[in-house]
Amino acid sequence: MTDTRTLSITVNGTQYTREIETRRTLADFLRLDLKLTGTHLGCEHGVCGACTVRVEGQAVRSCLMLAVQANGKSVATVEGLARDGNLSPLQNQFWEHHGLQCGFCTPGVLMTMEEFLEENPNPTEADVRDALSGNICRCTGYQSIVDAVLATAAQARGE
Amino acid sequence: MKPSPFTYHAPATPAELADLLGTLEDARVIAGGQSLMPMMNFRFVQPAHLIDLNTVQGLDYVERRGDVLEIGAATRQRFLQRSGEIAQSMPILQEALSHVGHRQTRARGTIGGSLCHFDPSAELVNMAALHDATLTLTSAAGDREVSFAEFGVGYLTTSVQPEEFLSAVRLAVWPRHHGHGFEEFAFRHGDFAICAVSCLMTLDPGGTIERLAIAVSGVTETPVRLTQWEADLRGARPDAETAAALASAAAGIEAMSDAYVSAAYRTHLARVLTRRAFLKAAERAKEKASA
Amino acid sequence: MEMRSFGQSIKRKEDPAFLTGKGRYVDDIELPNMAHAAFVRSPLAHARIKSIDTSFARQIKGVIDVITYHELPESLRQRRLPLVVPVESLTNPRLPFTLARDEVCYVGEPIAIVVAENRYIAEDAVAQVMVDLEPLDVIADCRDGLKKGAPLAHVGASSNVAATMHSVSGDTDAAFAKAAHVFKENIYLHRGGAFFMECRGAIAHYDTFQDNLLVYVSSQGVHRLKRSFLELFDMQDSKLRIVTPDVGGGFGPKGSYYVEYGAVAAASMRVGRPVKWIEDRRENFVATHQERDQYWDVEIAVDDDAKILGVRGTLTHDNGAYTPWGIVLPWISVATVPGPYVIPAYNMTLVSVLTNKVPTTPVRGAGRPQAVFVMERLMDRVAREFDLDPAEVRRRNFIKPEQMPYNVGVIFRDGRPVVYDSGDYPACQQTALDAVDYEAFETRRKAALAEGRYIGIGIGNAVEATGLGPYEGVTVRIGTNGNITAYTGATPQGQAHKTTLAQVVADHFGVSIDDVTIETGDTSTISFGIGTFASRTAVNAGSSAHMAAKAVSIKVREIAAQLLEVEPDDIELRDGLARVKGASNRSKTLRELAVYSLGKPGFSLAEGMAPGLENTAYFTPSQSSYANGTCLAEVEVDIETGRVRITRLVMSHDCGRVINPMVVNGQVIGGVAHGVGNALFERMVHDDQAQPLSTNFGEYLLPLAADVPRVEIHHQETPSPYNPLGVKGAGEGGTIPTIAAIVNAVADALRPLGVHIAEAPLSPQRIIELIEEAKARSAA
Repeated sequence: MTDTRTLSITVNGTQYTREIETRRTLADFLRLDLKLTGTHLGCEHGVCGACTVRVEGQAVRSCLMLAVQANGKSVATVEGLARDGNLSPLQNQFWEHHGLQCGFCTPGVLMTMEEFLEENPNPTEADVRDALSGNICRCTGYQSIVDAVLATAAQARGE
Repeated sequence: MKPSPFTYHAPATPAELADLLGTLEDARVIAGGQSLMPMMNFRFVQPAHLIDLNTVQGLDYVERRGDVLEIGAATRQRFLQRSGEIAQSMPILQEALSHVGHRQTRARGTIGGSLCHFDPSAELVNMAALHDATLTLTSAAGDREVSFAEFGVGYLTTSVQPEEFLSAVRLAVWPRHHGHGFEEFAFRHGDFAICAVSCLMTLDPGGTIERLAIAVSGVTETPVRLTQWEADLRGARPDAETAAALASAAAGIEAMSDAYVSAAYRTHLARVLTRRAFLKAAERAKEKASA
Repeated sequence: MEMRSFGQSIKRKEDPAFLTGKGRYVDDIELPNMAHAAFVRSPLAHARIKSIDTSFARQIKGVIDVITYHELPESLRQRRLPLVVPVESLTNPRLPFTLARDEVCYVGEPIAIVVAENRYIAEDAVAQVMVDLEPLDVIADCRDGLKKGAPLAHVGASSNVAATMHSVSGDTDAAFAKAAHVFKENIYLHRGGAFFMECRGAIAHYDTFQDNLLVYVSSQGVHRLKRSFLELFDMQDSKLRIVTPDVGGGFGPKGSYYVEYGAVAAASMRVGRPVKWIEDRRENFVATHQERDQYWDVEIAVDDDAKILGVRGTLTHDNGAYTPWGIVLPWISVATVPGPYVIPAYNMTLVSVLTNKVPTTPVRGAGRPQAVFVMERLMDRVAREFDLDPAEVRRRNFIKPEQMPYNVGVIFRDGRPVVYDSGDYPACQQTALDAVDYEAFETRRKAALAEGRYIGIGIGNAVEATGLGPYEGVTVRIGTNGNITAYTGATPQGQAHKTTLAQVVADHFGVSIDDVTIETGDTSTISFGIGTFASRTAVNAGSSAHMAAKAVSIKVREIAAQLLEVEPDDIELRDGLARVKGASNRSKTLRELAVYSLGKPGFSLAEGMAPGLENTAYFTPSQSSYANGTCLAEVEVDIETGRVRITRLVMSHDCGRVINPMVVNGQVIGGVAHGVGNALFERMVHDDQAQPLSTNFGEYLLPLAADVPRVEIHHQETPSPYNPLGVKGAGEGGTIPTIAAIVNAVADALRPLGVHIAEAPLSPQRIIELIEEAKARSAA
């Protein structure tokens, strides 16, 4: 017997109602049911951070959450960052600073750092590295990501 | 790495939760899911029923009651880390929380989930040991209170019965003038500690130890309080010599080993970190005394 | 030609899509009616398959098929995987069937493939496939495999030695006989892996109507995969197309053909639907090729001036269970040891040993980090024995720029002698030393020691064969709408080919890179290709892009000249126009010229001119281009916990001319981070039955943001004379010397304690053990 539920989740401002199997993770719901494939699965055990999305504003691992647990909640994914075709300041700084190579970890990194910057408008390099420690990047050595985040903060401060 | 099939339950009240636990066979409670979900994705754990604690009302709070801080079991680690009450009355808990996983896992992870998972190297397990936690286990039959020593039975094992759930944790608050030291060694920031040592200390007006608590975790299956030493060191000077004696005591804990960390290294770390945590707590206690 | 793009740090064309979640990785592809696969894998490192019962699995709702060896197409039952790089010294090649027939030789080896409506159900069914295995003796450690009477990693094999090869130059016996000093080291490097963030994956779409097969696969090169498919399946070349979409990191292992790919294709043929298989991380830990496991027993002979007379020894290489890459990996290792030093006599024997572990094939650095580690530990050993500055010992032994080209005397894996083309090794090291004020380090060390802090500095020098041939091709075509497109078999995994190759092409037409599209990784677009690995794309594809673009630009000028009634030399290409120099109102657009180039009423092509603005070039380098670098690491070691903090890391690097400095810096820094992992963190642990224990990211430790230092890069530019762009490879240079530099720095920090180090990675626990051992030695 397959256990299913009908759930209603708002993703990037759009409300979706779907009947899904309760064992489906939030990550798979986004990717398979909503075709929002920007959220990536890198480990499915909550270490790599590639699947990070924001639920009610908070950055969380979408591989460690069941979709049914997001019922009635508001979810933000990488697809919602750019507005009207314009990259967000953070996305722009990633582009400027070569903050990505293969791009696979990037959505999770962006979603984590968007939240981090909202809470920490004036971070040090050490703060950024600490906050970034929940996201694994195998390509960049992190340096360009750190630079992009610091540059975004500086830009927001009008520097 | 997808979970095996289960039936999902979303109780709204503690009573509903207790009823489900009392009636369902092979049920697991999911709190923050930061340990359970990986185990389910790996299919190490394949429960027939999954009961969601997140939909239960009233298990998410921090309340100061005299010398006790009561925390609802479903309170998120992130909330605890940002709690003004904890920052003020239990600064070591705030410091320990900064070592728990990463910001994304703290956003979901709960104190109760961490305690029930009972990983011997988990920071919150250490904190519960240090603060003489008492825990409320709830079932359809009512609540029962257990001490931390009764709660933790062994490696990844607690005395929570299949029909019970952890509903609240009470931690003893120390006087304002206490000093604290928290030292942990993990391979990388955010990893489970190989060894963590926490220390609380108050000094009497003469500068000698008035009250002391030391919890050593990660070395063996459950955290260890150096209870006898805590008592014996009352009146001792909080100096390097005392630290060395205490460190030797910590090194006397029989250590476990695994494929990555030897018993010898755990013992070594217990010694080093105990000394550091003790001296840090002493330094802070002195600062507070002179303030 | 004006160089508007080449050499500039231009923002990447790839990024807007990646930044907005519009990357298209293989798991993002959804085909109509697609089914999903999961594999039944061996839980034992070595066993005989007694029986397989798929009946329970088949009963699960949503399961479409369960396929074992016996249900495979005839050709796959007959043929094992092809050996793509056979060499004479590989006397005992071992290759698997697509699904294990009767013997499994490593944990994770595929036994059956389950096809279901979704991955969840496929995994449910995998658990219900009953495989009865009879355990066989296991070779978990390559050294055990060489012992007399050792069990065999493969039933029926004559031995566990896959290959023995000697890399020889000069007379080592004579050199060692006359040497004033001989020092021995036994060095060990532990197994690690690539651990790209996107696991492997493939979608096979067998079209029953057209009888053709389309495979999407996350790879580093489609053409070599196609070759393997053609050797395995009885299929016409025209019926097979391999496409690689965006790839989430490769670092070597995605360059291999894996058994899963053929199994997925066979499954699609059997069920008549597209079948997707996405490797999950647990599978990735047991089934994707790994690297690094090597034991070196080496000795160095030096004269009284600490000048090298000879190096000799044996490399025992853990090949793993199968030999898909032959002996490429250890061969590169033994050819890389000499590095930037004059070594008059060299004799290294490599023994590649079959074990019951997942095969080892190139991972970023490909055997070189180990080789550099060996040589640089030897150099530090000599320095210590002579009480000389390690930098000075290296200076005394460097190949000088005036000795270029320099024939090392050994043969590389491409069969050609190792001849360094260019480079200034003394200057490269000096640049790094100057950057950290090396001369003042002893003062800093004394001050630190006075505070009870143990700091150290370490040098790693490397010379790296890059730009491996035999070729990579590029077709440049200008469409009749004026669009410039270049097609190549190079297959990026994050390296920015779509930007850097566009930079090469754009300059020939005087356009911006936005006007050039690069299409990669599709066997239908260009006939031949090799792929992106071995730091080879800038050299090979870059040169081909240059040659093809140049040829097309000449043709553009010729046709424009004919139309505008001037000489081709009078035509300049700028901003999408071919115009008469000095008369900017007389011009033709590329679009017009593309149309004319196909022939048009009233316009004929010049005699002998082929139609179309198109050219295909295959650059075939005469030999590798040799990049070089010096990594300088400063560390502080907490001698109480064993924690190592890298306090400074400088990379002085020469990869010839640089197409895009920003991209090259990114490659170097990322490579350094991989080296940090290999030096301090990454450890793939097996038990004595070759059961992998590190099968998650909580136990296999990749370096995190807080673990990796900021990298300071200093570029030198010694153009390679062996390709038209003067470029050398940059993809692995960050990794190769970094492990040596960091471990040398740790050894240097712990020198006051008498600690000797000959291994990597170094865990904090291991450092404490080494300190304790040193204490015990000095007490004894």
